[in-house]
Amino acid sequence: MAKSSSGRKPEAARDAIAVRPAKRTDLDQVIAIDAAVTGIEKQDYWRTVFRRYSVPGEHQRQFLVAVAERRVVGYVIGEVRDWEFGSPPCGWVFAINVDPQVRLAGIGTRLLQTLAASFRCAGVRKMRTMLARENTLILSFFRSQGMMAGSLIPLEMDLEGP
Amino acid sequence: MRLQTNTSLALFSVLEFARDPTRHIPASEIAEKYSVSPHHLAKVLSELARAGIVESVRGVGGGYRFAANPKRVTLMDVIQLFEDLGPTVTERNEGKEVAAVERALAAVLSEIDELARATFSSITLSTMLRLVERQQGAPASPHQDKAT
Repeated sequence: MAKSSSGRKPEAARDAIAVRPAKRTDLDQVIAIDAAVTGIEKQDYWRTVFRRYSVPGEHQRQFLVAVAERRVVGYVIGEVRDWEFGSPPCGWVFAINVDPQVRLAGIGTRLLQTLAASFRCAGVRKMRTMLARENTLILSFFRSQGMMAGSLIPLEMDLEGP
Repeated sequence: MRLQTNTSLALFSVLEFARDPTRHIPASEIAEKYSVSPHHLAKVLSELARAGIVESVRGVGGGYRFAANPKRVTLMDVIQLFEDLGPTVTERNEGKEVAAVERALAAVLSEIDELARATFSSITLSTMLRLVERQQGAPASPHQDKAT
């Protein structure tokens, strides 16, 4: 069973977790979690994401962090998009991650539920996401939250030439 | 996608066991519930036991019980015990044009297979049990109406 870096069991830490909008001072910890999971540190990318998604009092765009013992242990980013791909307004989940040291403690669930509540406040009744089919860990997480295959099919192609 | 009888039976059985991991369920109870021969079911349960998903319990009140972690075992873990998940089109090398058609068809079928694999690999038994509960609470779908 996974434990937090402070040695506390996830179940014990669960009650002490707060989910709130990200602050600029959280960014280094968010970048560190992303780098630990993906293996790539993306300083510039995250500063752009923060500028775009951290808008106080805004329900359309959300950049939330989960905090335990003053430490950022996870984040989620989402946005309400109107009439994209011919679809009525819906909430898109663009990124979600939890510090690998404190997984299996319900932190991802708390983050997603808070984001979903925010989407409901913005008036949407559908939440979507998209991820690589090889990413079975996060796919399983979204499935466990009740997500199913949606009505959209992603398509792509390689662009040949110089 | 159509699953073979043994695969469906294995999934039904595993979900029965995972619903209450402490309970020993006699094979005859499952055979009766799903109207299959106990002999046929025994082969399926034996395969599941070999994979460590269930374990046999001897003696009075014996049978099988769940032996894995329902949050870790996926539908794919069960399905791959009973299904051949290899390529669906075999090249016959009957000339260039036929081979090209076969490769194009294989590419399309492999797209479908990969989606099916990703779906089965992302659904754990815990998630599946929640889906079953939701279906039990949901009104019958039009398809179910037709069937009944």
